[in-house]
This record gives sequence, C-alpha cells and structure tokens, in this order.
Amino acid sequence: MQIAVASGKGGTGKTTISTSLALCAQGGVQFLDCDVEEPNGHIFLKPELTESSKHSVAIPRIVTEQCSYCGKCRNICRFNAITMFGQTIMAFSELCHSCLGCFLVCEENAIVHDSREVGVLEQGQAGEIAFVHGRIRVGEAMAVPLINEVKKKANKADLVIIDAPPGTSCPFVEAVSGADFVLLVTEATPFGLHDLKLAVQVLRTFAKPCGVLVNRSDLGDDRLEKWCQVENIPVLLKIPFDRTIAEGYARGDTLLQSRPDLRQPLENLLQEIVQ
Amino acid sequence: MKEIVVLSGKGGTGKTTLLGSLACLAENKVLADCDVDAADLHLLLAPEHRSENEFRSGVKARVASDKCTGCGTCQELCQFGAIDVVSCAAVDTLACEGCGVCAYFCPEQAIHLDKNHCGTWYISDTDYGPLVHAQLFAGEENSGKLVSFVKGQARQLAEDSGADFILVDGAPGIGCPVIASLSGADAMVAVTEPTLSGWHDLVRVLDLADHFQVQAFVCLNKWDLNPEIAAVVTERCLQRGVDILGRIPFDPAVITAQLKGRPVVLTDSLAATALRAVWPVLHGKVINTFSELSGPKVAFPAPSYQGEMRLG
Repeated sequence: MQIAVASGKGGTGKTTISTSLALCAQGGVQFLDCDVEEPNGHIFLKPELTESSKHSVAIPRIVTEQCSYCGKCRNICRFNAITMFGQTIMAFSELCHSCLGCFLVCEENAIVHDSREVGVLEQGQAGEIAFVHGRIRVGEAMAVPLINEVKKKANKADLVIIDAPPGTSCPFVEAVSGADFVLLVTEATPFGLHDLKLAVQVLRTFAKPCGVLVNRSDLGDDRLEKWCQVENIPVLLKIPFDRTIAEGYARGDTLLQSRPDLRQPLENLLQEIVQ
Repeated sequence: MKEIVVLSGKGGTGKTTLLGSLACLAENKVLADCDVDAADLHLLLAPEHRSENEFRSGVKARVASDKCTGCGTCQELCQFGAIDVVSCAAVDTLACEGCGVCAYFCPEQAIHLDKNHCGTWYISDTDYGPLVHAQLFAGEENSGKLVSFVKGQARQLAEDSGADFILVDGAPGIGCPVIASLSGADAMVAVTEPTLSGWHDLVRVLDLADHFQVQAFVCLNKWDLNPEIAAVVTERCLQRGVDILGRIPFDPAVITAQLKGRPVVLTDSLAATALRAVWPVLHGKVINTFSELSGPKVAFPAPSYQGEMRLG
C-alpha cells in the first residue's frame, strides 16, 4: 500500500506527519521523499545513506560534421531546445524535455546522446525504515524525472509512505499519481484552505481517495472543516498548535519524540487509512 | 526599476506574509504573484480584477479514434508513459508532456495536438497598487512559462506606469517556477525560519541565487521559536556575504490578520513592528547595491546540509 502525504500549501507539516507515520508503522515500511527540490525527511529520520547515484536524462548533442541542416530536429522540438540559423545549429541542454523526437527525425545520424545530470538519488536505512530520497541539482528546473526515479524504488510488498512536494502542478501530480491514498496535511487558515481546495481538485481529476489532517488546528477558524464536510472529505485527525512540537521540529526531532502521546492517534490514523 | 523576488526554499515560512506587508510599505510599485500553482497573495490584498485572460501554452495530444488502428507506434515512442493502447490509443493528459512525437510519427495521422488552455491570469487593482496574478489549472504543467508570463506582464505594467519596484511573491522549492521567477530579478529575499529544515532549504535557495547571480538577502521569520538556530543561521548567512534584513517574532497576529484578509503589517502587533523595519533596510540595500555596481561575486563555500549544525 502506498500512502502519499501532500498538502498544496507548503510548510503545513507534511514531513512531520509522513516521518511519524513511517515510524508508527508495524512491519516493513519504506519512506520515499519525493520533495526532490527541498527534501527534509532525512533531517528527522536520520538515515544512514549507503547508496548514492547520479540521475541523468538524455539530451541531444549535434555532430555538426554530419549535419545537413535540414531543420527537422529544430522543427519537431516544441521546447525550443534546438535553434538553427543558416549553417549554425545549437542545442540548449536546459530546455530539453528528453522526448527524443530530434533523435528520431534525424536522417544523418548527426545527433548523439548526451546527458544532463538532474540530481542524485540516495538510499539507506533509518532503523526499520528503508529510506530513499532524491535531491535535484541546484539550477535544474525539472523535478519530475527525479521524482519518477525515486518512485521506481517503491517496494510493492511494503507499506510505502511518500512525502510529496508542495503545490498542485506536475511535481505534486507525479508524486501522488501512484498512491492508493493521499493524506492532505493542512492548516485551518485561509491560505491552507485555498490551497487544499486546489489539491483536492487535482486529486478528483484522477479519482484519488483522500483525507485531511488539520495541523495547528486551533490557529485559524472553522471554514476549513465546514468545507471538508460539504465536500464529503473526511477529517481524519486534528493536531492543535503546540510550541513543544514547533521547538522539537526546529531541532530535527520527530513528532513522536516531541509528543509521545501522539503515537496512538497516529497509529489509529494509519490503521484507518490501510483499511 | 528594481525587481525584488521573495522566495524561501521551504514552504510555509512566510513568503506571502512578508510580501503582503512589503506591498503596504513600498511606494510606487507593481505586485506580482508568481506562485501560480498555489497563489495566496490575493487572499491578503483583496484585488479587483481589471482584466481576466486565458493562458494557453504548449499542446496536448488527442487521438482521433476513428482513424486510429491501434498499431502502438505512439505508445512505443512516448517517453512519458502517457499513451496506452488497447484497441485504440488513449492519452493520459496529465502525463502528456506535449512533445508531439506521437503525432509526428503516427502512420495514420490520427493524433492531433490541441493548444493547451492551462490557466487564467489577471491584472487587478488593490489598495496597495496593481497586481498581476494567475491560477494554473489543476495538475497542469507549464508553471514556469506562466510565471515568466506573469513577470513579463508586471514589467510591462511597471514600465508603462513608471514604477520604481516590482515586488514578486515566489513559489516554494528551487525548480522550474522558482527559476522562472528569479530570472532577471535584481534581488532575492529568502524568508526562512530557525529550523534545521528551514536552514537546509535556505542554503539551496541561496545557492540558486548565486547560480543565477542574483543578489540575495534573508529575512528570519518566527526567529524566537529557536533563538539558538536563529543565531547560527544569521552567522552562516553573514559568512557567505548575505545580509539579514530583519527578524520577525512568532506572533498569532499573523494568522488573525490572515483570517481577516489583511496584511499583518497594518495591525498593531509585534510582527507588524518587526515587518515595518524590513522595508527601509531592503530599500536602502537594493538602491545602494545597484548604484555602486558591485564587482564580481565572491563565492563562499556553502555550509554542509543535514543535522550537522552545531548548537551552543
């Protein structure tokens, strides 16, 4: 079973909840940090990282001696990654989406595979938890290929907890698309509610089951819960603001370290989701 | 005209809270919300739409089922796993990257590329100046393109009105939309919080600003939640030549103001007092930095990430 912990709005407590759920799980559990732009799960789970590999995507390199300047590669590229003026042709690596269209249309074998590093994939063990995360290279724009790579490490037999990136666009979609259930962590503020609505809208386009966890539930008002009620989205757990949690979080303590009494509600939550 | 972008790396550190307050403090400016997949600035500034426009970018593949023979060529060539062929090809539009390879190679010419209507953008009036903002549709791509577009509109507006500043609210992370919002900016203000996660993510966003050679500043939010880490963050920032613009205490007034849909700086609160002090500092630095025309940047070694920050 795959559970993705997502939010829409950033900083609502995705990592706090996802790391604690992983720690609560009985039996084999895997933690996949799919927030590859800003992965934070390792700060709390403190895994021993034993494997590290660079991940690259295919990009074109043009062998000008063989090029006939027919312009087919430039024409097929919808991302403006190949430009040609007369007898000058150039490929712009960072604009390439690796669709391989240019390789396929070139009749002169003038395009060879080159690669662009998008980031690193690191794996290890945090106690009983199998840990995987990706970190995109600073300056790399495309997060999706690396998220996809992290997801490929998912072990089907285990309970898999995915820490998703904030937002509602392609990285979010990529992170949650394989999940059986999406736990949306939000807060009872106007920003929290607004971004929750957007996230739910995305999940509905592909009929993904979801539920809500309201973090810092007493800082805000009841608009969020009322909306959830109207929309028939279950509010599975509410955690009031607690300075102890915030201070522990600052130091890299997990929620279970700051508040051992929350283990039971979180175990129940996990149980409820799995069923 | 100076373009100032507010970023953070980590989400929820207070980008929009800061930008909403700067919007009240700065004079003669244009505002832009470049967090187009979860835009929140409008919730503070109560904009009145002057214009509402469609944003179209890229294409999505569509199969004409009457022409499709189910040969599977498209599925084989698609690098994004967006096509499934049973008796006829079907496109998963959320996965479709819009590269057009399927359409090009379809032997039956059964695949059409539809221009993708992927969001809405607005020019609005607020009590604090004009605002360009947008909403990307659910699950869409092209957030970077929409960000660039919003920035382009804001620049046009600023040029036409002779504005002195463009204040830009950015997205969390360091990927596509963030890079687009940073592109061509004069200064970046990173809002952070005194947590190991906040610091880890701040380092990456400061590295990004270095990568694109944008002058970076830091604003420490909720600093009193952990004064020790706040002190270390301050020291590390100064070591790498990044000035701290101000420190804002944790203050429930921020949320109270948000519930009322107002920038917190307009309230009588500790956070408001601290926020009011940020703009004069930023204003001074942005004006001075660029009138002096700073020389080549000195590269400071980036502190290592993870829980290696020693406290006390």
